[in-house]
Amino acid sequence: MFVNQFLILAAVLFCIGVYGVIARKNAVLVLMSIELILNSVNINLLAFSMRNGSLDGHTFALYIIAIAAAEVGVGLAMVLLMYRNRRSIDLDELSEMKG
Amino acid sequence: MFASDVLVAQNIGFALIALIMVYGALRVVTTSNVVHAALWLVVVLAGAAAQYILLAAEFVAITQVLVYIGAVMVLFLFGTMLTRARIGAESDLNNKNWFFGIPVALALFVALAVALDSGFGSQKMPADAAVATTQEISDQIFGPYLLPFWALSFVLLAAVVGAIVLARRD
Amino acid sequence: MFAEATETATEVVLSSGWFLEHAWVIPVIPALSFFLIIFFGKRMPKKGSEFGVASMFGALVFAGGAAYQWIQRVNGAPEGAFISPVVKTWTWWQNSGVSFGIGQHVDGLTVAILLVVAFISTLVQIYSLEYLRGDRRYTHFFASLTLFSAGMLNMVVAENMIQLILGWEIMGLCSFLLIGHWWEEGANSRAALKAFFTTRTGDIGLLTGTAILFFSANEWTTKTLGVSGFSIRGLSSWALSGDPGHAAITMGAIALFIAAIGKSGQFPLHTWLPDAMAGPTPVSSLLHSSTMVVAGVFLVARVYPVFFKGMEILGGSANFIVVIGGITIVIAALLAFVQTDIKKVLAYSTVSQLGYMMMGLGAGAWLPAVFHIFTHAFFKACLFLGAGSISHSSSHHSFEMKKDMGGLRKFMPITFGTWVISTLALCGVFPFSGFFSKDEIIDNVGHNGYNVFMYVGLAGAFLTAAYMTRATYLTFFGQPRGASAGEHHEEESHDSHAAHDDHADHGHDAHDSHDAHASQGPHESGWLITVPLIILATLALSSGFLNALPFGEKFENFKKWVEPSAEVINPTGIAYVVGGIGEARIASETPSEESGHSKSPCGTETPEQGVCAAPQLNHAPFKWSKAAMSMLIVLAGFLLSLFVCIQLYEKKNKKFVGLTERNKVLGFGYKLLVNKYYLDVLYEKIIVRSIAHPISAAVYWFNQKVLDGVVNGAGTTAKGIAGWVYRNIDQRVVDGAVNGTGSVAQGAGSALRPVQSGKVNQYGALLFGAAAIGALVLVIVNT
Repeated sequence: MFVNQFLILAAVLFCIGVYGVIARKNAVLVLMSIELILNSVNINLLAFSMRNGSLDGHTFALYIIAIAAAEVGVGLAMVLLMYRNRRSIDLDELSEMKG
Repeated sequence: MFASDVLVAQNIGFALIALIMVYGALRVVTTSNVVHAALWLVVVLAGAAAQYILLAAEFVAITQVLVYIGAVMVLFLFGTMLTRARIGAESDLNNKNWFFGIPVALALFVALAVALDSGFGSQKMPADAAVATTQEISDQIFGPYLLPFWALSFVLLAAVVGAIVLARRD
Repeated sequence: MFAEATETATEVVLSSGWFLEHAWVIPVIPALSFFLIIFFGKRMPKKGSEFGVASMFGALVFAGGAAYQWIQRVNGAPEGAFISPVVKTWTWWQNSGVSFGIGQHVDGLTVAILLVVAFISTLVQIYSLEYLRGDRRYTHFFASLTLFSAGMLNMVVAENMIQLILGWEIMGLCSFLLIGHWWEEGANSRAALKAFFTTRTGDIGLLTGTAILFFSANEWTTKTLGVSGFSIRGLSSWALSGDPGHAAITMGAIALFIAAIGKSGQFPLHTWLPDAMAGPTPVSSLLHSSTMVVAGVFLVARVYPVFFKGMEILGGSANFIVVIGGITIVIAALLAFVQTDIKKVLAYSTVSQLGYMMMGLGAGAWLPAVFHIFTHAFFKACLFLGAGSISHSSSHHSFEMKKDMGGLRKFMPITFGTWVISTLALCGVFPFSGFFSKDEIIDNVGHNGYNVFMYVGLAGAFLTAAYMTRATYLTFFGQPRGASAGEHHEEESHDSHAAHDDHADHGHDAHDSHDAHASQGPHESGWLITVPLIILATLALSSGFLNALPFGEKFENFKKWVEPSAEVINPTGIAYVVGGIGEARIASETPSEESGHSKSPCGTETPEQGVCAAPQLNHAPFKWSKAAMSMLIVLAGFLLSLFVCIQLYEKKNKKFVGLTERNKVLGFGYKLLVNKYYLDVLYEKIIVRSIAHPISAAVYWFNQKVLDGVVNGAGTTAKGIAGWVYRNIDQRVVDGAVNGTGSVAQGAGSALRPVQSGKVNQYGALLFGAAAIGALVLVIVNT
């Protein structure tokens, strides 16, 4: 196995995630895209962990999984609040910060 | 001889899973149905768990299945239901300017690919990597990485409190 | 190494039994019940209270069984032998060399306190059924109360310090919840916060002390006993083994004692305890008479050898514990004189009695102090519940003695009778239970050479008699006043009253009865209240005979059952339980005839050929002359106080009324007491502010001077430049150029404006796009 095969896979997932964040309007889908990005990071961490023969990557991958869970929790709470306030979860309509 | 067989099998496994993952990820960001997107995300996450096993990280893989596929996905589905997404195709899930994403993603990918290629070229994984046991990982977490673990605990606590405060109705 | 000892000694098999072996079940029952109440309580016919009462009753039965079997175990062993505790451990946590267990450590002390806690909790829960009927958070109240008892019971059976801390913290949390039960009232939630923060201040000591002791003791305990450095029996043996360094054990003991100061309301952290009376009365009764505040005393008694060595108890000079205990006795008793709230009198009385326990422990009077925990629990719980009974049925939820009580003895004969019995017990009048514990403390303190503190104790007894006489007089004698006399004064009545009252406005059936008794005037409470009172009063009267020294050795049962013997024991005897279930073989060295007192080397020298589990302590022989002296002092306090009360409140004697305003010295003392020695001021105004205030001041200064300065400076500079530009350039440049610039700016602005679209996706696209371009540039430059 090459090191790069995992890294490239992670890069592909990352870019797809970035595309999702940019292209999607629905807030839940944006959150899902962010999950893709986080997962690609995890693959990277574990790949490097195997390459270096250390366990640090495992530890941080676990931490990232925990952080992702927290992020989804808060994110979905915000989506819910948004839905309750304006009956829509389209990020387009959140443009009070328009300059 | 035997070792190389294993390597071939590993590579085939990797390629298959990677293809499924990439396809799944593309469906997540292109499908016109929120629930389908969530289910495709399950495919990607399960694939990631499989890749973790290839990377000799059993415990992380199991955690991935438990936390992501088990808990996070349920959260997503709940989020979808509670915001009364239509079960079925929706036409307006994308931005007006969604096409901006394509050049940005492509540019990023090119940059990453070139950097990775020049950085790691044809380096190989060590063939005799030992599977990390749960005990070793716990020694790591509760040993040298205890402080980040505490910080993480606070983050989780804050997230729980924050989620309740945000979502409660009063 | 110890082989010969075991061979020559006759082996005695200690009996055990199911309840002793399974004492760990006792805290588990209320803990499970807590979850039942939380999840199913609201759906139950009695709103969850049945779970609470049933679980406490179950815990009481189990504790009773354990106590019975412990007594069997002691009686079956030869005189003076060390009765090894029934220890069980399961590994709770194991990680890179650190491991500790969860389990039980049951000995005489454990059994005694378990019994008291389970008993008082049961009665308090029964009492609460009536007292809180119709409360808006009835279910949650029972949930907290049950969890609280679970925490205390867990702390008592704890096998190691970590488990002890667990129970300790559960109690801290539940006391916060219970004190702030009626949190709609600002004062109540403030009191809850105060209790929480003050005890937390002490808890720092608990964590520090446990850590210090673990790191110093772990090696020795692992090698000698095969247990971790958290283990209670490991720590006890270690402290007496001669292994600990002086600094380590002293620091550890001081840190742990700071925790005890916080929890047990000792000076100078006692300030939270009287404020905590804001909680419902059953809570005060449970938390502040027999469980929570006893936790600190229990901690000291539990790992007593650590304090014995660390503080050099019996070392000839006054130590930290005895000094703090002595100060607490006197200052709290003095504060009790200026209180008008009956519960606050009892609160300060509790603080003062806890001071006795601490002083006893500090002076080597371990057994009397533990016995005082035991007896004090009954009579103080009875007093608190009596105060609750008065407010519930007669004074319309007011606790103000001067305003709303008086003359109640005619209306509430049962409450009055139980109150008087408990008061006599509290004052230590023969033959009530307080006499056998409190007088023993005073006696032993003197016997062990702490003469000054013996006088402090006697002064405390005098003050106790005096303030309890005052409280009793104001409550039960004289003419009914205020609410007791049937007056309604809603707006000026007591704080907790309003909150308590409006819960009744929620349409529960209790509403009518509340109004009814208010119009009826004072009357006796219902049987759910009086029965616990009667039971407690009976025990206040009789529990002292468990260790009635004056009647000879036959009555010294508590000593026999509870006090660990200071024998040098073979470490394997306590490290490994051999034989059948729960049977421990002890190597009893066929005790030489006088091997009782002051023969054992434990506590004084390094034990050879074994370890000690308890230091050798002395017991003062009982003398009627000393008892008579303290009785006289109590009588003097009673008579003096009665005289002053009658002059002051009944006859309104001109000489006494307003004395504090006329006499400067008395006035100063009164002011000092009313302001609680200004300790609250010190903590809230000075200490908190001296930490919080400079920070905010510094931030403010930085904001005002630096940031504003920069902004203003920038503004002034800009203005100056602008003026110069205006005069020199603008004036000279042709209008067309100006207009051109303007339109360019406008054009650029409107061209860039869409970027600030307020749309998240777009920002994301820009961010990632910029990153991609940056990365590409880097890649291209590097290749």
